[in-house]
Amino acid sequence: MADALLEIEGLTKRFGGVIASDSISLCVPKGELHAIIGPNGAGKTTLIGQLAGEIAADAGRIRFEGGDVTTLPTDRRSQLGLARSFQITSLFLDFTVLDNVALAVQAHAGHSFRFWRDARSQPELRTPARAALARVGLAGRADVVVSNLSHGEHRQLEIAMALATTPRMLLLDEPMAGMGPDESARMVKTLRELKRELTILLIEHDMEAVFALADRITVLVYGRIIASGTPEAIRANAEVRQAYLGEQEQRHG
Amino acid sequence: MIASLTPRNVVVAVLLLLLATVPIYAAVTANAFLVTLFTRVIILGMAACSLNLILGYGGMVSFGHAVYLGIGGYAVGILAQEGVTSGFAQWPVALFVSALFALLVGALSLRTRGVYFIMITLAFAQLVYYFGVGLDRYGADDGLTIRRRSQFAGLINLSDRTQFYYLCLVLLLATIYLIWRLVNSRFGMVIQGARSNDRRMRAIGFPTFRYRLTAFVMAGAICGLAGALLANHTGFISPATMHWTRSGDLIVMVVLGGMASSFGPLIGAVALLSLEEALPILIRAMAFPVFGDAAVRMAEYWQIVLGPLFLLVVLFARGGIDGLLAGARRG
Repeated sequence: MADALLEIEGLTKRFGGVIASDSISLCVPKGELHAIIGPNGAGKTTLIGQLAGEIAADAGRIRFEGGDVTTLPTDRRSQLGLARSFQITSLFLDFTVLDNVALAVQAHAGHSFRFWRDARSQPELRTPARAALARVGLAGRADVVVSNLSHGEHRQLEIAMALATTPRMLLLDEPMAGMGPDESARMVKTLRELKRELTILLIEHDMEAVFALADRITVLVYGRIIASGTPEAIRANAEVRQAYLGEQEQRHG
Repeated sequence: MIASLTPRNVVVAVLLLLLATVPIYAAVTANAFLVTLFTRVIILGMAACSLNLILGYGGMVSFGHAVYLGIGGYAVGILAQEGVTSGFAQWPVALFVSALFALLVGALSLRTRGVYFIMITLAFAQLVYYFGVGLDRYGADDGLTIRRRSQFAGLINLSDRTQFYYLCLVLLLATIYLIWRLVNSRFGMVIQGARSNDRRMRAIGFPTFRYRLTAFVMAGAICGLAGALLANHTGFISPATMHWTRSGDLIVMVVLGGMASSFGPLIGAVALLSLEEALPILIRAMAFPVFGDAAVRMAEYWQIVLGPLFLLVVLFARGGIDGLLAGARRG
């Protein structure tokens, strides 16, 4: 596809006898919000790990903006504009909220072999950081130490940090995990706004959110893609209903 | 470092005032030992500050930091032995060789974490320690006497106890200021971020290894300078300077005084070395009325008191003494 931002081709990863990614091929065009769903253990987080560069694939290729990034380390992929958030919150807990985001801004503002000027008084770091906080609704919490935030605020900060790296594409690993209904609704609103300007790969268990947001959905089961298509197509897909959605409907009674 | 009247700032100010007046007090009371003791406190405080840069701010628990005291010391000692007594040559060599060795150790050890990192830094320090033991030409196990202190073309006379004391004090304060600037700069934010969450640092786009390695080299170089001072102070250098227990002492100073605090390591050095001097005397004085002459032998076991004291600080004051003082402000 000519305007594909992210192309995955035959991506495979084994952990011992378990196949976490079974020759996954996927194409995310620019501007799409692509959701990946699947039952627990389907290999969704492993896929994000491979896309972000934390997990080396056993086989296959990853192309971003036409360039091969399969073997690039995590920090280089971030520099190219591939930003991720973490399913299990991964922040600088002993820093303030603003310091967290400012550090993400700093990562993309040239090298950091600058030894003298006070980083906390540099508007070129603080101003974009405050802007990113405002976008996720954390503007009022800038000076709070992160370990004192609520779980929902941690999730918002996760997004703000990914945004502060001025990415071209977001890899979001269950941004709504553990959130209450109100917080989830606000996150959906935030993602809907981000969707207008960014390409997003979203992993999420909250089906309501997924079907509300996604342009296309890919269903992963045991590391293999069993279906990929528009929300309507996925909803109508018999195999998906059986493997995943049906199972959930049964669980919910 | 904004000067407001908090308990911590008062303690630091009093401490600096005391350090500034030690030679005057010693001259008035004709007690030269005080200058010797506090020169040592200042030099080891400087070494502890350099360790704090990587341990406190960078989260790199180097268990071989005293090796740079040895390298800096041997740079002065060996050059003096070979007839090069100019400090303008000796001290840059001490800095440079320490930095080079730190680069080697860091390049290998910073690829590991936790216990492995601690063990590799220890192993490298032990390597140099035994290398020193085998240096027959330079005194081997017995060490090397340095007959002339570093010469600075008449600018400053290091053989003068007072001049040397104030030089060490100025260098210590310069070190503290330098590290304070450093840790609040962009560079400092990176090494502190890597301490807090290295995985996230890489995810947001930092190649953290090169920044951590740079900090590691800086800490080694500063400690190498402290080693050059120490060799000048004692007029002697031996492998014992870089024994692993000395590396342990430096860690104790940092943790006791307060990790990731500007003046913490200095407070720790003052506390540890003062206790080392004071505890035997205290124990003897307190035990004498009860146990008589046995008190003298009891005083030899002063570490029995020091150990639990250290334990209390680690258990109940996670920010060390400095953390206690800062907490008193909030509470």
